[in-house]
Amino acid sequence: MNEYNLNESYITDIKEKLALSTQNVQVYYGKSQAIFDANLNFPRYKITALIGASGSGKSTFLRCLNRMNDKIATVDGEISYRGVNINSPSTNVYEVRKHIGMVFQRPNPFAKSISENITFALKNAGMKKKQDLEERLEQSLKGAALWDEVKDDLDKSALALSGGQQQRLCIARSIAMHPDILLLDEPASALDPISTSKIEETLKNLSKDYSIIIVTHNLQQASRISDYTAFLHLGHVIEYNSTVNIFTNPQMQATEDYVSGNFG
Amino acid sequence: MNAKKIDRIASFIIYTIVAAVILLLIAILGYILFNGVPDISWHFLTSSAQSFSAGGGIRDQLFNSLYLLVLTIIVSLPIGLGAGIYLSEYASDNWFTDLIRTSVEVLSSLPSVVVSLFGYLLFVIKLKLGFSILSGAIALTFFNLPLLTRNIEESLHNVPNLQREAGMSLGLSNWKTTTKIILPAALPGILTGLILSAGRIFGEAAALIYTAGQSAPTVDYSNWNIFSTNSFLNPMRPAETLAVHIWKVNTESVTPDANLISSASSAVLIIVILLFNLGARFLGNKLYKKITATK
Amino acid sequence: MDKIQKKLQTKSKATFQDYFGKGICYLCIGLIILLVTCILYFIASKGLATFTKDKVNVFDFLTKTNWNPGALDNKGRPDIGALPMIVTSFSVTLLAALIATPFAIGVAIFMSEFSSKNGSKILQPVIELLVGIPSVVYGFIGLSVIVPFIRRIFGGTGFGIFSGTLVLFVMILPTITSLSVDSLKSVPMYYRQASLALGATRWQTIYKVVLRAAIPGLLTAIIFGIARAFGEALAVQMVIGNAALMPKNLISPASTLTSKLTTDIGNTVMGTLPNNALWSLALILLLMSLILNLIVKFIGKRGRF
Repeated sequence: MNEYNLNESYITDIKEKLALSTQNVQVYYGKSQAIFDANLNFPRYKITALIGASGSGKSTFLRCLNRMNDKIATVDGEISYRGVNINSPSTNVYEVRKHIGMVFQRPNPFAKSISENITFALKNAGMKKKQDLEERLEQSLKGAALWDEVKDDLDKSALALSGGQQQRLCIARSIAMHPDILLLDEPASALDPISTSKIEETLKNLSKDYSIIIVTHNLQQASRISDYTAFLHLGHVIEYNSTVNIFTNPQMQATEDYVSGNFG
Repeated sequence: MNAKKIDRIASFIIYTIVAAVILLLIAILGYILFNGVPDISWHFLTSSAQSFSAGGGIRDQLFNSLYLLVLTIIVSLPIGLGAGIYLSEYASDNWFTDLIRTSVEVLSSLPSVVVSLFGYLLFVIKLKLGFSILSGAIALTFFNLPLLTRNIEESLHNVPNLQREAGMSLGLSNWKTTTKIILPAALPGILTGLILSAGRIFGEAAALIYTAGQSAPTVDYSNWNIFSTNSFLNPMRPAETLAVHIWKVNTESVTPDANLISSASSAVLIIVILLFNLGARFLGNKLYKKITATK
Repeated sequence: MDKIQKKLQTKSKATFQDYFGKGICYLCIGLIILLVTCILYFIASKGLATFTKDKVNVFDFLTKTNWNPGALDNKGRPDIGALPMIVTSFSVTLLAALIATPFAIGVAIFMSEFSSKNGSKILQPVIELLVGIPSVVYGFIGLSVIVPFIRRIFGGTGFGIFSGTLVLFVMILPTITSLSVDSLKSVPMYYRQASLALGATRWQTIYKVVLRAAIPGLLTAIIFGIARAFGEALAVQMVIGNAALMPKNLISPASTLTSKLTTDIGNTVMGTLPNNALWSLALILLLMSLILNLIVKFIGKRGRF
């Protein structure tokens, strides 16, 4: 593997309105440090991709953004959302996660019916009226481009769906909560190409209403769907720029090697 | 002797041992069922026991066993759930968790007589509950708790972590995630374990001799007032169970048809436990299929 | 501060749900710990009363062979020697473990090494059923089959250590077997593959590689069997004869710690010496189960792959 100076980085200034920003985020697993000093600003209603080789810390970093690492790792630094540091211990994590949803690498629908998968958290959050719930159900399944495929089987078990459908159901489940921000951790890595393209299309449409941050190891995917891209290497953010610039005019040697496939 | 020959001899010995063990089980079950089943009659199941004359039945003992089983599950299941959930969902790797695990291990390795004596001392004597169904149910709880706790912990632990993350990422509290998502997914395992432990409770006698007592007073099966002394539901009355009855008839009783009563009662006991075993498998599988939507 | 900012910084229903849930769990855990502490405390304080309150000499208690707690010996001291019960308990337990172990390991080898699927399919329910049969039923079979059988062959009453051993053998067989299966199955597959690749026969592989590697697990299995046998009360009580005498041979009536307890605790008055002496027997049982527990822990710590 080539040696790069990990302390040099190129971070572009985002002029748009921000959805989320991190200041000096460090993550430790026990004594070993997984993320070093991450300072990133995520624009609103845009898709931002986090790329990097496995072990670069991109998933770890993503999971910090809605406090999913709470029990697993120690996260220092500040994560600001609407002017609140959501990384502070006094922050209500359950509220954070309502506003910042997450979709995981492998589809993980609940062992319940399709409609319950969507409505369960809504009911728990206090939505009682049947009409509201049905409306939200249809709206979110349509948002995830799943409605046409499942509208007649809403009472069937979600586990009977195909992998791609399950993953879109998970996206629907997240957006049903009407979050601000959607975090996706390699959402298509366990899926076939057709399902993948459906998911990508869905995400493109969703970015009108949601700020999306997606981790992917698939460079084509990042270049196809994202507006901004951050490249991470060994826990350091090496370069952050508009996707076009990252892929056509990388500023750092490491980024250039990675996007051109000369890496490692 | 060469290695091949030794290999063949060893295989032969192992096959013989396996055959012997299977035969042993067949002999035991066969003995109990062949001797006992012909003596099981409607009269035997529905009449009360006789102390000095032949022809007694096991109605009260059978009911007591079932009632005690239900009460024990009512007492032990919530505690087992709480402890199991703690160990699987909350416990971190520290001295406190070690203390809990050690406590559960100690409890599970205690001989049932010791548990019974403790129940006798604390509930029957010190708390003045007397020989009663309640004392018996609590003693059986001690005996049942470690198994139940471990089974629940394991069943919860087997639910993939992804399910927890799914719940968390929707802003659900850990408690809601655990009770509404993880617990239902773990239900097949928990249920199987619960029914198997029910079989053990049903056959347990040592823990009951000095807690639920060795007598089955005549009760009125039409009296539904649980506070009335002769009600069949009164938890404060002494209650000899089927298993205790078998022991009693064989060791201390003067009933002339002791052998008949024991063999028929043993057969009833074994049949009920067989049903529990089969039921546990059947229900567990069915529920598992339903939950995972496989056909 | 807008509404969302405020919500992010204040506790919500979910926070309290978590407090509530954790509270319930701690309550249950606390109950279990309290229970275990209570058991240990009560049995210990009762069991020690014989020595502290009634001034019985611990050494005498453990080594003398006369059990006659109601009377005094010729020196005017209480006549309490628990040795017969201790010896009998250890004899039946160890003999039962000795007979059961080869059978259990044989079945376990069959289940984990010989037949991957079909064998386990038949044997798994067999083992579970053997575990499921209640101890009174084992006792009843012992009483109506084994005791008369021994009476016919060896004479005497048929009650005694030998009958107790046979009953316990059947009872601990499934315990040792299922734990042995687990420990054999946890030996990594590549151990076997490596050995077979070197040209060893199946038996050589099992004997020299798999069994060796599984020794800590097998020992644990045997100790669990011993613990079960040592604490078993009713089945043994029904066939051992219940005479608090030093066993002279395997077919003379004897009495184990557990059988003495079950037989006598109801016939003595709480707080008197004969009663306290029985609690001391219970204390021995308790200590024994704690010691076996410790041994299991010790083996577990030393014997990891």
